[in-house]
Amino acid sequence: MNNRLRDLRNARGWSQQHLGDQLEVSRQSVNAIETGRYDPSLPLAFRIAELFGLTIEDVFVSPSKEK
Amino acid sequence: MAVSPAQRRYNWRVVILAIVYAAVLLPVCWLFARHLVHGPLAYLLGALPALPVSGFFVAIGLYLAQERDEYLRMLLVRQSLIATGVAMTAATFWGFLEGFDLLPHVVGYAWPIVWFAGLGFGAGVNAAIERRAA
Repeated sequence: MNNRLRDLRNARGWSQQHLGDQLEVSRQSVNAIETGRYDPSLPLAFRIAELFGLTIEDVFVSPSKEK
Repeated sequence: MAVSPAQRRYNWRVVILAIVYAAVLLPVCWLFARHLVHGPLAYLLGALPALPVSGFFVAIGLYLAQERDEYLRMLLVRQSLIATGVAMTAATFWGFLEGFDLLPHVVGYAWPIVWFAGLGFGAGVNAAIERRAA
């Protein structure tokens, strides 16, 4: 699933490790989500969106709207 | 690479189980090689090396239950599924070929060893997927 996580993180000047620490996940997990290799669960997606003060739809692109 | 608290606990459990396995297996083999045990005690001692090996599976289950990072959990689930596929496929092929007297008999405890080898193969698959995406 495509997402804007890398852009949002870069805009704040955060490293993947820093974002992972805030979300209580590994740097590996952040990397996997950013590169679209892993789709987070709904609770984690909510944590990510809330951390940036956004909605889930602002962070993640709905697969049905990708094409 | 940072290690999660659940991974740290898992690593410790595996190290302890490996030590227990070696500590149990050597004297048990020694006793059986010299035919020093008989009767119910033989069954008890004979089953003893199976306990730490079973413990490895418990350790994996505990890790999956305790790991809070869902992505790391998914990696081990994928690894375990690959290991299961490798071990079950190998056991099935070997079983048929052995049944038709084309291969020698293999003891049952060989299949957990194949499963652990499959776990290593699964780790390689995970690493390859990570590398390709990097």
